Amino acid sequence: MASIKIRAKLSGDVTTVKALIKHPMDTGLVKDKKTGKAIPAHFIQEVTCEHGSNKVLTAMWGGAVSKNPYLSFKFTGAKAGDTVRLSWVDNKGESDSAETQVS
Amino acid sequence: MIDMKRRTFLKGSVAAGAVSAAMGAGLLTPRMVLAAWPTAAFEAKTVDTALDALVGSHQLEGSDKISIRAPDIAENGAVVPVSVETSIANPESISIIAEKNVSPMTASFVLGAGAEGFVSTRIKMGKTSSVIAVVKAGGKLYSTGKEVKVTIGGCGG
Repeated sequence: MASIKIRAKLSGDVTTVKALIKHPMDTGLVKDKKTGKAIPAHFIQEVTCEHGSNKVLTAMWGGAVSKNPYLSFKFTGAKAGDTVRLSWVDNKGESDSAETQVS
Repeated sequence: MIDMKRRTFLKGSVAAGAVSAAMGAGLLTPRMVLAAWPTAAFEAKTVDTALDALVGSHQLEGSDKISIRAPDIAENGAVVPVSVETSIANPESISIIAEKNVSPMTASFVLGAGAEGFVSTRIKMGKTSSVIAVVKAGGKLYSTGKEVKVTIGGCGG
């Protein structure tokens, strides 16, 4: 599953990470127009981003984050070529992760 | 001939072993991670109860050191870009709350060592309401809000 697009860019001493994740992010409140039944909740609950062994960011999400979520944040302490790893887990226990090099 | 078969058999079993080991590792991590997800906060129906469940308090202190970047009018409530930036020293977490959503708590970002006070994401909003950013720093909660008008809701039929 390649569900994650991630980029990490160093500018000065601040690294900006931008990520796009492919995910339906169903809240469980929306009804299917054809059947009238609610589409079951299916959304990412937790996203973690690590720089080496340092957990830079842990994002906890509810169903109200948009479909195919976008995430961006900044951190210091990385240098060019370092690996940044992003992983997510959803409410069904599915998960994925991706890595990128700081450029 | 027999030898050939034995080779393929060996190769196959080694590959299968690697796959199941990877699956075992993959299955273990989500459970460990999920334990930390604050269900109560995300299921709460009001801002105060959500904050109580998440950080144990809803004593908010207004702060001009937090800025929210979000559109004044969102044409599509399903995709509202929101950025929060704070200059408060040593922020521990940034939470984004859409006040009038069914479950107001939208996202909470726990900042680790080295993380700057900045997050950006896209959220769904059911109707016009204010978006509140709550920053936790030094055991205190600071917040600021911004009204976003929604012309088409994004949280259901």
